[in-house]
Amino acid sequence: MVLTPPDETTSRPANGWCAAPPVTDEPADLPAWYRELRESAWERFATLPTPTRTNQAWRFADLKHLRFEEYAPAAEVSASLAASLVGRAVGERPAGFAAHFVFANNRLLHAETPALPTGATCLPIAEALVRHPELVRAYFLRRDDVLGGEKFAALHAAATLSGVFLHFPKGCVAELPVIIHHFIGGEGSIAFPHSLVVAEDEASVSVFDLFESIGANEDTLLVGMADLHAHRGGRIQYAGLQDLSDTGAKHVQLQHTRAGRDASVKVGFINLGAEWIRNESVNRMIESGADCQIFSANLANANQEYDQRTLQSHEAQHTTSDLLFKNALYDRSRTIFSGLIQVQPGSHHTDSYQTCRNLLGSDEAEATSMPGLEIDANQVKCSHGSTSGTISDEEIFYLRARGIPAEDARKMISLGFLHGAIEKLDGDDLQDFLFARVERKFAAIG
Amino acid sequence: MTDSATLEAVLVDQDEGNFSYPEDYAHDAGYGLTEKTLDYISDIKGEAEWIRDFRKRALKVFEEKPMPTHWASADLDNIVFDQIRYYLAKGQRPTRSWDEVPDDVKETFERLGIPEKERKFLAGVEAQFDSEAAYSNVKEELTKQGVIFVNSIEGLREHPEIFRPWFGKVIPTGDNKFSALNSAVFSGGSFIYVPPGVKVKYPLQAYFRINAENFGQFERTLILVDEGAEVTYMEGCTAPKFETATLHSAVVELVAMKDAKIQYITVQNWSNNVFNLVTKRGLAHENAEIRWIDCNIGSRLTMKYPGVIMKGRRARGEVISIALANNGQHQDTGAKMIHAADETTSNIVAKSISVGTGRSTYRGLVHIPKHLKGCKNNTECDALLINAASRNDTYPAITVRGNQHATQHEASVSQVSEEQIFYMKQRGLSEGEAMSLSVNGFVNDLVREFPMEYSVELKRLIDMEMEGSVG
Repeated sequence: MVLTPPDETTSRPANGWCAAPPVTDEPADLPAWYRELRESAWERFATLPTPTRTNQAWRFADLKHLRFEEYAPAAEVSASLAASLVGRAVGERPAGFAAHFVFANNRLLHAETPALPTGATCLPIAEALVRHPELVRAYFLRRDDVLGGEKFAALHAAATLSGVFLHFPKGCVAELPVIIHHFIGGEGSIAFPHSLVVAEDEASVSVFDLFESIGANEDTLLVGMADLHAHRGGRIQYAGLQDLSDTGAKHVQLQHTRAGRDASVKVGFINLGAEWIRNESVNRMIESGADCQIFSANLANANQEYDQRTLQSHEAQHTTSDLLFKNALYDRSRTIFSGLIQVQPGSHHTDSYQTCRNLLGSDEAEATSMPGLEIDANQVKCSHGSTSGTISDEEIFYLRARGIPAEDARKMISLGFLHGAIEKLDGDDLQDFLFARVERKFAAIG
Repeated sequence: MTDSATLEAVLVDQDEGNFSYPEDYAHDAGYGLTEKTLDYISDIKGEAEWIRDFRKRALKVFEEKPMPTHWASADLDNIVFDQIRYYLAKGQRPTRSWDEVPDDVKETFERLGIPEKERKFLAGVEAQFDSEAAYSNVKEELTKQGVIFVNSIEGLREHPEIFRPWFGKVIPTGDNKFSALNSAVFSGGSFIYVPPGVKVKYPLQAYFRINAENFGQFERTLILVDEGAEVTYMEGCTAPKFETATLHSAVVELVAMKDAKIQYITVQNWSNNVFNLVTKRGLAHENAEIRWIDCNIGSRLTMKYPGVIMKGRRARGEVISIALANNGQHQDTGAKMIHAADETTSNIVAKSISVGTGRSTYRGLVHIPKHLKGCKNNTECDALLINAASRNDTYPAITVRGNQHATQHEASVSQVSEEQIFYMKQRGLSEGEAMSLSVNGFVNDLVREFPMEYSVELKRLIDMEMEGSVG
């Protein structure tokens, strides 16, 4: 990918910018409850300590990335840059979609809704707050459980006004995904993308978030959140592709699921870019019959560090969940996977699985896995597995015997390895798109 | 709840060890821990200056270190260090002949069937009563072969040239708060040296007992096995029930030189008010093998993660662990495998059973740093939950650097299948018997790893714990 340098930059802020919430483009008539929520979040952000070495939620993590004070709210992009970003997003997007939004540096650049089913609400957050304040209020920023990223969550809550609010009423079904591009650029910029997805009874919705850098080599920070609520029989698929610049960009993505009775939620994280990422995925099955599936495919090289923490929380009987995380590591990259299956007291007949697989492609890559179980009920079936290893010589030999050079063979096997997680997501266009991005990164690794 | 019946079964079991004798100790360091306590211990033992300094440095480290409650059970905060007696003893030197053992101590051991009856089979026996070894015996032929089996104080006094270089080297004082505590007030425990090429045919055995209330037992064990030598060491522990909590905090260091083999077997059956906070680690040199076989049935809270540092090429480490947590118990056990040389292999098999409101936890650490080649680890942990209120946690951490290694980890949690129980009931077994059979089957492949005397005992203990747990 050729990244054009942005034509404007924000200068690095002086220390102590944290005097007021870094909000941009605020509509005049925001509801009062939202202002209160934001202020209390800002207070939380100011008082919460930055995680330290003894914090178990940050075990093995490199804490040097936790520097908040070096960033400032991203500046607006120029009209010409905006046009080129929209062009890039429209040119690259998967073929079929129900709606497409493009944001850059916290601001909406483009929106089209060609195939939105009737009854569905699909609006930028800021607009939804003004037009449907009570509906938004029931869901917006109400989560309080995270896996160590409390300070990030508070900062996000204090600042976010970019992203999309999706509300699908009872029985409302969209066949095609809603695509949301988020661009960030400018040295020292910080932005706060938010996706709030609500599927009422028997509704079905699919969302695809893309995070990309405007230019390369800029120190940027995205603090994003995806909040998924599936009611009785509702279905949500959320896929997040992080393809930021691999030098300078940092990404924090906090995702939260609440799955109600017989609801099913699928979550996918694909990480290719960024220097450092932290994913926190909290999946709560709060009523019987709920099902959560969490997948991730990550391709790390150079000095990239991917830190992923997950929770599968079974809070009712007859709930099921599955998790599959695949990491392919090259050069000096590091991955950390920490997953926990929690079966709350009384949540009998739980069926839960968790797998993390690491494919180590260099002598200096480092993979850490911490698969955890906390079981407080019986009549449960819970297991986890974790493996780390490399491609076996037999596999390479097999492919070479069929005329495929060793280098290509290695690449094919790694691609197939990651594809195993991508193919779990629904949508052929989406799968093809994600797979093409993985191939593009492989080509860059060489 | 079925737990009144369970409780009864537990009581039956623990009553075996539930007896104590009037306390008439010749030496009592009193309650609380200060430098004076350390001086008292050192004076009585007539220790060398360097040991006294070692203790005092350790006390400082202990005071500075915070409780590890940021990851461990908050139950640790219930330990009141000021209300613990750190040293109690009847006499200083262990008796060599059974006849010289004071009558009441002898009676204690008679009731437990240890060690008099077993010494016919076991090569050497050392029994520790509170702070000091009350009895020790090593068969003559072993002494002739040059095997040294003494308590920690004697080891440091009589054989400093052998033990001092390794003392506190595998587990440094500052390793954790409780290893520091042990380093400050250690007393008793076994120091063993096996000369090159000597293969000790029979297991060496130690037996630990806490007799006094509010007492902390801090034994220190160091086992050195020289090139090509082999030894098996077994320890057992019990304590009577007291109203208040009792603390047991041991440090066990193993050193296996080139081609040596050490097998360390523990059957821990403390009464369920004992905090059992133990640091155990082995250092395996080239082609050496260290196996920890660990069985935890008793105590209120056990925190024990035996470890092996594989320092030499082709060294092997293994932890085999069985934990049974009954009402009010928390068995927080696991394993640590540090690979520090090429082609080292490690294996962890942990099985835990939670009964009633018992909670069992597995914590593991496997570390394979970069620039090593051909390291392998296999970790399996399985848990069985018996009642609705039982709880199990699993927290492994596996770090692998580089692409020339293979690790695999599998864990599963399940309950005894209804079909199995139905099948056995259909053949005339009661539900309790069926459950007991299932549980014994669950741990059977591990129980077989124990020496015969212990595996029989273990099966019986499991039967007792399982009695009345269903229905």
